[in-house]
Amino acid sequence: MTNPAIEGAAKKTPDGLARRIRGLSDRTIAWIFVAPTIFLLLAVNIFPLIWTIRLSFTDFRVNRPNNEVEWVGLRNYQRILSDPDIWATMQATAHFLIWTIILQVLIGFTLAFLINKKFKGNDLWTTIIVFPMMLSPAVVGNFWTFLYQPQIGLFNYAIAFFTGADPASFSMIGDVNLAPWAIVIADTWMWTPFVMLICLAGLRSIPDSIYEAAECDRASKWRQFWTITIPMALPFLMLAVLFRGIENFKMFDLVVQLTGGGPGNTTTLTSIDLKREAFERWRTGYSSAYAVILFVTVFGLASIYVKALNKVKER
Amino acid sequence: MSFSVTEPSLRTKWFAGFLVIGYAIITLIPLVWIIATGFKSPADSIAYPPVVVFEPTLEGYVNLFTDRTRATEQMLEDAGPPTTWYEQIARDRGTVISGPSRYGERFLNSVIIGFGSTALCMILGTMAAYAFSRFKVPLKDDLLFFILSTRMMPPIAVAIPIFLMFRNLGLNDTHLGMILLYTAVNLSLSVWLLKGFIDEIPIEYEEAALIDGYTRFQAFYKVVLPQAATGIASTAIFCLIFAWNEYAFAVLLTSGNAQTAPPFIPTIIGVAGKDWPAVAAGATIFLVPVMVFTILLRKHLLRGITFGAVRK
Amino acid sequence: MRSKLFTTASAGALLAVTVASTAQAEDLTLCWAAWDPANALIELSKDFEAASGHNMSFEFVPWPNFADRMLNELNSGGQLCDLMIGDSQWIGGGAENGHYVKLNDFFDANNITMDDFIPATVTGYAEWPKNTPNYYALPAFGDVVGWTYRKDWFERPELQAEFKEKYGRDLGVPASLEELKDIAEFFQGRDIDGTTVYGAAIYTERGSEGITMGVTNALYNYGFLYENPEKPYDLEGFVNSDGAVAGLEYYKALYDVGTPPGSSNWYMGENIDAYRSGQVAMQMNFAFIWPGVEADENVGGGKSGYFPNPAGPAGQFAQLGGQGISVVSYSEKQDAALEYIQWFAQPEIQAKWWELGGYSALKAVVEDPDFATSQPYAQTFLDSMAIVKDFWAEPAYADLLLSMQERVHNYVVAGDGTAKEALDGLVRDWTEIFEDEGKL
Repeated sequence: MTNPAIEGAAKKTPDGLARRIRGLSDRTIAWIFVAPTIFLLLAVNIFPLIWTIRLSFTDFRVNRPNNEVEWVGLRNYQRILSDPDIWATMQATAHFLIWTIILQVLIGFTLAFLINKKFKGNDLWTTIIVFPMMLSPAVVGNFWTFLYQPQIGLFNYAIAFFTGADPASFSMIGDVNLAPWAIVIADTWMWTPFVMLICLAGLRSIPDSIYEAAECDRASKWRQFWTITIPMALPFLMLAVLFRGIENFKMFDLVVQLTGGGPGNTTTLTSIDLKREAFERWRTGYSSAYAVILFVTVFGLASIYVKALNKVKER
Repeated sequence: MSFSVTEPSLRTKWFAGFLVIGYAIITLIPLVWIIATGFKSPADSIAYPPVVVFEPTLEGYVNLFTDRTRATEQMLEDAGPPTTWYEQIARDRGTVISGPSRYGERFLNSVIIGFGSTALCMILGTMAAYAFSRFKVPLKDDLLFFILSTRMMPPIAVAIPIFLMFRNLGLNDTHLGMILLYTAVNLSLSVWLLKGFIDEIPIEYEEAALIDGYTRFQAFYKVVLPQAATGIASTAIFCLIFAWNEYAFAVLLTSGNAQTAPPFIPTIIGVAGKDWPAVAAGATIFLVPVMVFTILLRKHLLRGITFGAVRK
Repeated sequence: MRSKLFTTASAGALLAVTVASTAQAEDLTLCWAAWDPANALIELSKDFEAASGHNMSFEFVPWPNFADRMLNELNSGGQLCDLMIGDSQWIGGGAENGHYVKLNDFFDANNITMDDFIPATVTGYAEWPKNTPNYYALPAFGDVVGWTYRKDWFERPELQAEFKEKYGRDLGVPASLEELKDIAEFFQGRDIDGTTVYGAAIYTERGSEGITMGVTNALYNYGFLYENPEKPYDLEGFVNSDGAVAGLEYYKALYDVGTPPGSSNWYMGENIDAYRSGQVAMQMNFAFIWPGVEADENVGGGKSGYFPNPAGPAGQFAQLGGQGISVVSYSEKQDAALEYIQWFAQPEIQAKWWELGGYSALKAVVEDPDFATSQPYAQTFLDSMAIVKDFWAEPAYADLLLSMQERVHNYVVAGDGTAKEALDGLVRDWTEIFEDEGKL
C-alpha cells in the first residue's frame, strides 16, 4: 500500500491515512465511480459527435438505405455556406436572440431589483413568477397559438381592449411582420424569471456594508445604483445573458409549436431549419455538416464571451 | 427590526410590491386560461369575444381520455342508454365512446422515463461528482468543461447520430433508449451541481470516518450521502423537470410505444377540428403537478437554479 | 353465438368466419392517420374481430406527423404496422422500396377485381407504376378536396339583393373559381349577426402538405401540368406555364382578399374550426369532414351546402386525397392482414363503411341509386371524385412536396417574389430531385 501512484491518486486524502484504507484503493474507487458516467457520455455525446463529423463529408441519406454512400469532401459545407436561405434563418435567429435577451434582461433585472426591496410576501410572488420557466415549452407554446388567435384569442382581445383596435384586424402568428415578435413575446414570458433569479442572486451577493459606506459619503441613491449595484451585479447579468443566449440559439420546441417556422421563413430558426433538412428531407450528410457548423458557431461565440466575462469578473 | 440605512422605506416596499404582484398576475393569466379552457365546452372555448364566465363542464376531460365515434342510429340502438356520466357527455354531442384514448399511456410514459432517467442520473452523477470532488482524476478540469460543453449542441443536431445509433441498436421508440438519452443529457449538469454540493461538505467528516475504520465506500454512503441529501434532491428535481418537459428528442425518437406527453398533447384532435378544451385538459393535468412541485419545493428549487448557473 | 350472428345480420361476418377458421388468432396492428374516419374504422373493425377471431389494434398518428412517422417506420423496416392505410402519394415508394406487398395474386385468388372500384381511386391509391395493372393497395377511403358553404347566409334576401346589385348575378354556388373569389370578397369583413365574418378558409399550411393540397386546386384549373404528357419528367413550360402562373396568382389573390386574417398556416383542422365557429362563409376541405359538418350543432342540419371545386379557364379538376390499404412487407402476420383486406373489400362491409362516415370507393356502393340522396353531400362527393388529379406519387414524393410547400407558401403567404419566380424555382428544385433520383 505504499505505491506512489496511489499516494498521488489520493492526494486529497491526508498523509498517513491512505495506508489505513482497507478494501479498494482510492484510484480504483475513483475509476469505478467515474467510469459509468464517462462511458455514457462517450456513447451518447462524444461518439455521435464524431459520427456527425464523419457523416458531414458524405452524401448519406437515411431514407435511401440502398444507395451507395459517397465521400463528397467539403461539398456539403460549401453548399451550406453559400445558401442564401441559411443566412435568412441566421438572421431570424439573431433577431430572436437579440430581442429576447434585451427584453429579458431589462424586465428580469427590474423585477429582481424590486423583489430585493424585500416587501412582505416577496418569496411567494417570486415563486409564482417562476412558474412559466418550469413548464414544458412545447405544451405551453402550443397553447400560445390559441392565445394569439385573431378574434377568439385572449392576447388579441387584450390588446384590442387596451388600444381600441379590432381584435380580428391583426394576427400575431400569421403576419409576416408580427410573427418574429410573437415568438419573442412568448419566450420573454417564459424565460424572464430565469434572468430574474440570477440577477436576484447577484443583488443579494452585494454586502450591505458597501451601501452603508456610500451612505456615509452622502452618495445619492441614483449614484449608488450606477456605481455599486450595476457593477457588482454585472457578472451575474452577463452570466444570465450567456445562458439565455445558448438556450435560445438551440431554441426549437416553443417556436416550432407556435409558428412552425412560418409564415414564409420569417421565424425559421436554425434548429427548425436543421430539423427540416435532417428529418423531413432526410439529407443526413448535408444536415450533419449543418450541425457541425452550428456547433462551431455556438462554441466559438461562447468561448469569446466567456473570456470577456472573466475579464469583467477580475475587475 | 433594527434601523438600517440599507433597509428600504415602507413606501418603496409598497411600490415594489405593487409592481411585482402586477407582473406576477399578468404572468399567471395564460396559465389560468389553460386551466379554465379545460373546463369549457367546445363552443365556449372558441367564443368571440372570449368568455370569462362560463358553465363548467368535464367534456374536455372526457374527450381527453376517450376516443369517440360519431354515432349512427343503429349504433345508438345497439348501445342502449348511457350508463355512466361520461358516456352521457359523449352522447350529448351525438357520439359514442369507442375506447380509451392514448393520453393515459403517454402520461405514464412521461412518468416512467422521467423518474427512470432521474434515478439513474442521480446514481451515476453522485458517484462521479464524489470522485471529481475528492480524488485527483486525470484531466479533471478539461473533462468537466467538455462534459458541460456538450449541452451547447442544439438537440436536433445531436439527434441525427443518436437516431442512427438507436436504430442500429433497436433503441428507437423504447423506454430504455429515452431513459439513457435523458440521463446522458442531464448528467453533465448534475455532476456539475453535485460536485458543488459535495465540495461544501467538510472533508474532515470522512477523515474521521476513515480513521474509525470505515472503508471508502462506507464513508461515501454513510457519511457523504446523508450530508449531500438536500443537494441531491434539488438536483434530482432539475433532472426530473427537464425530462418531464423535453420535446425535441421525444418528437424525433419516439412514436407509438414510448412517446411522452409533450409531443402528444399538441396533436390531440377532436371528432372534427381541434378540440381546445381537451388540449387544455391534457395540458392542465401535465402542468399542474409541476406548479405544485414548484411551490412546495421553492426554497431548494430557486437556490438550485441560481447555484447551478452562478458557480464558477 | 348463433343468435348474435343473425342479429347483426352481417353476411360479411359469416363469410369471414369460414376464412378465419383455418388460421390462428393474431394481433393485427393497423396504421392510419388520427382523424374522424379512423374512429369509424375501429367501430367497423369490431365486425372483423368478431368474425375472424383476430384482434385488431390501431396506431393513429395525427396528420401533421403522419407522413414523417409512418415513412420513417417503413424506411427502417419496422414491424409496428401489419396493415398500412398510407397516403396516396406513398404508393411509389411503397412499391419500389418493397415496403408494400404486391396484391395482384391475392386479388386474383379471392375474386377481388379493381374494376369494382372507382377508377380514379384505383389509379390514385393502388397502382404503381400508374396506369399499369400492378396493385399494392386496395382503395380504402375515397377523398377529394371540395367546398363547404353557409347555405343559410347565402339564402338571406338582403345579402342576395346586395350581391346581385354588385356583381349582376345571383348569390349561389359559384360556377368558376373567379366567381368563388368574388363571393369570398363579398363576405370578407362583413357583419353578420353582430360578428365580423370572412370569405373563405383555404389551405395555407407550411409544415406538412397543406398549401400544396390547396393551391393545386387552382393550378390544375388554370393549366398547370406536372410534366410534359409526351415526355415524362420534362417540367419546363408545364409546371411554370403561363396558365400555371395565372393559377398561382389567383390563389394568392384569393388569400389576400377573401381569407380570415392570420390564416397563414391553416390546414384541415384550422379550416374546420373557422367554419364551425361561424368565421367564414366558405371553406376548402377534404370531403372527410362533411359528415362532421352535417352533424354540427352550429353549422349542420341543413345550414351548410357542398360543391365541387369550381372550374377555371383550363378545365375543372380537384385535388385527390384519400388512401388505399396495404399489407406491410415487414409484417410477420401477412396472412391475417390479407384476411382483413378480403373482409374489408366485401360490398356489405363497404356499405356499412359509408354509413359510418367512411367514403367507400366501391362502385357498388356509390352507384347504388339511393347513394346520391343518402346524404346531402353524397352527390358532391360523386361529382368531385370524377374530376380528381393527384400530386406526384414518385418514391421521391416527400422531397418534391417539400420544395413545392416552400416555394408556394413563400409566394402566397409571405409575398416573396412573383408567381413566375416561384414556379421557375420549383422547376429547378424538381429537376434537381429527378436528377438525383436518376430519372433524368
